[in-house]
Amino acid sequence: MSGATAETLDAVQSASGDSYKYGFFTDIEAETAPPGLNEDTIRFISAKKEEPQWLLDWRLEAYRVWLKMAEPHWAKLKVAPIDYQGATYYSAPKQDKDRPKSLDEIDPELLKTYEKLGIPLREREALAGIAVDAVFDSVSVATTFKGKLGEMGIIFCSFGEAVREHPELVRKYLGTVVPQGDNFFAALNSAVFSDGSFVYVPEGVRCPMELSTYFRINAANTGQFERTLLIADKGAYVSYLEGCTAPQRDENQLHAAVVELVALEGAQIKYSTVQNWYPGDAEGRGGIYNFVTKRGICKGDNSKISWTQVETGSAITWKYPSCILEGDNSVGEFYSVAITNNLQQADTGTKMIHIGKNTRSTIISKGISAGRGQNTYRGLVRMLPKAKNSRNFTQCDSLLVGDKCGAHTVPYVEIRNPSARAEHEATTSKVSDDQMFYCQQRGLSKEDALALIVNGFCKEVLKELPMEFAVEAQKLLAVSLEGSVG
Amino acid sequence: MLEIRNLHARIEEDGREILKGIDLSVKAGEVHAIMGPNGSGKSTLASVLAGRPGYEITEGSVTYQDRDLLGLAADERAREGIFLAFQYPVEIPGVNNMYFLRAALNAVRKQRGDKDLDAGQFLKAVRAKLKLLDIGEDLLQRAVNVGFSGGEKKRNEIFQMAMLEPKLAILDETDSGLDIDALRVVSNGVNRLRSPERAIVMITHYQRLLDYIEPDHVHVLSGGKIVLSGDKNLATELEKHGYAMLGDAA
Ligand SMILES: Nc1ncnc2c1ncn2[C@@H]1O[C@H](COP(=O)(O)OP(=O)(O)OP(=O)(O)O)[C@@H](O)[C@H]1O
Ligand SMILES: [Mg+2]
Repeated sequence: MSGATAETLDAVQSASGDSYKYGFFTDIEAETAPPGLNEDTIRFISAKKEEPQWLLDWRLEAYRVWLKMAEPHWAKLKVAPIDYQGATYYSAPKQDKDRPKSLDEIDPELLKTYEKLGIPLREREALAGIAVDAVFDSVSVATTFKGKLGEMGIIFCSFGEAVREHPELVRKYLGTVVPQGDNFFAALNSAVFSDGSFVYVPEGVRCPMELSTYFRINAANTGQFERTLLIADKGAYVSYLEGCTAPQRDENQLHAAVVELVALEGAQIKYSTVQNWYPGDAEGRGGIYNFVTKRGICKGDNSKISWTQVETGSAITWKYPSCILEGDNSVGEFYSVAITNNLQQADTGTKMIHIGKNTRSTIISKGISAGRGQNTYRGLVRMLPKAKNSRNFTQCDSLLVGDKCGAHTVPYVEIRNPSARAEHEATTSKVSDDQMFYCQQRGLSKEDALALIVNGFCKEVLKELPMEFAVEAQKLLAVSLEGSVG
Repeated sequence: MLEIRNLHARIEEDGREILKGIDLSVKAGEVHAIMGPNGSGKSTLASVLAGRPGYEITEGSVTYQDRDLLGLAADERAREGIFLAFQYPVEIPGVNNMYFLRAALNAVRKQRGDKDLDAGQFLKAVRAKLKLLDIGEDLLQRAVNVGFSGGEKKRNEIFQMAMLEPKLAILDETDSGLDIDALRVVSNGVNRLRSPERAIVMITHYQRLLDYIEPDHVHVLSGGKIVLSGDKNLATELEKHGYAMLGDAA
């Protein structure tokens, strides 16, 4: 018996006063780059981070590609013009030149922020089995459990540290899954990325704990450009959790992250995200613009990459975590819940590129639209000529709350060999009055009833999340739907 | 406990009047049976009492425990102790039956000023009632009413009722679709709930149910009105003569 439902209900109740409880602002003196973007900005960032020449060159190359690219507009999103020259591309919390060696050395202001966010950094988290690489405003400030992981040869550190300590690994894999010029936002990220996480799990090692990163956008008008690179060597296993919260603010904030996953022969990577950045207010003011490129490659035979995402936040979500199934018998999975309420817009889905023989992919997408929210599933399944006997199963379910919202499904299927099969199922349903009444007749408030029904709708995806995340995700769903029933 | 006076209700959507002046008085400790032809308004009455949206009350009043019932939202009524066993229980995909019940129970308990049951206490209470209603535990691990047989749905309703311990239970054709053994088990469950503080209103088409759950009063609803009231013998009469006998009564 789990208390997850009770948790959901509690979350709705506690959220009734203040629907975005993470909407506070921490005043930390930021050391920022001057606004604007040119080669000097990139040199500034690279110098700040004391990067090697090859990385600076790599950034500059990306920048030059970016200059020639145009913002994509094919998604079903209405986006106000983004002023790339008005944004700031680097900001770091002020702290000693030396990196903190323990939590005691960390800015107490920062720790308080983490506490409010409920980020586990202290001993009890060890019990929960979580190692945290906390990212605050683009710079990693704390990494725990490194010792324990280090003994097993697992590298889990900030991207910046990886560049210093493991340049050969970074250089070998950076940009191999998402090349600099992959798309407009990936190119921008490649030019200006600030920091992020790096994970390497050596051959045959099963990472004993969930690795997690928390993101937080804070300093005013700062673009956030995370870069994550995760490599699972032959036969390795790793589960990675990513969660994000951001303080409330009025101006739109651009976020363009890149995540690259590499699974070698027989390796398995499970990547889970709960995203609840500030979605903007009920009138659509403020909120994060989230343009993310996430892609994994199953490079070796029998490898597996599994994406699970719960997207509740952001004003705009543009995100397609994808799998390139290169190795024979490799497996790609995408489990997604995306909620849009008020004026939120989401265009999200996945790409499954089947290259190797007997490759398998599964796509389960649950889109929930409430208020005037617009929710689009966009997915591509491509079976190449050598992908003999490959299979895809796609299920896209949309749930509408009220009649002012929209749900759209845009599946693309390309099959270039006769033995491959792709199956697609799609449903659109409404939260029925009968269901609401039945729940209410048993004593549940409208909000609780809706949260329960929506959680039920998302169950197939939520069960893919690690336990501690599943509870948080259920709370988020409830909070995100606040105000959507009259 | 419940006073219905000259209650008129119509369907919001098409304006059709279904309840055309219902008068009914239910005291604590009583069991009332409501019978009547298909489409006469029995379920509508149950729905209106439970606060289902979609109906407009055009006239009359309903007092429950000395309060104006019609001013309360459906969930408030439920938390005040009104339980409706649905004629057609609703499926909620993906929601575990046990989760659902616990959420409901805690909502109701909160209103009564009781603390949430912890997992252990809850499970103990559940097991006791399951046995009483001869329900397998597997039913609890399935999604609410999804794929339940007709009989399982009805049993589940009574199981929920037994757990929630309402003050006023309205059972809408709970006996329909039950086999003979199930009818006995479910009736037993209802009888266990009979007490001087509780009232039960059962809607049924069959006199058979009343052999198991003996009513204090029997009413016949026809054309949106209660046209006949009596004791349990009225049901026997109806069984014998059919609703044709209403010809003179109505
Ligand atoms: N929400 C609704 N929308 C449209 N019509 C309705 C609605 N509710 C009730 N009705 C109509 O009102 C009338 C009475 O229905 P009701 O369900 O109350 O009958 P009943 O006495 O319970 O019948 P039965 O014995 O068949 O269950 C019927 O004609 C029914 O179609
Ligand atoms: Mg009926």
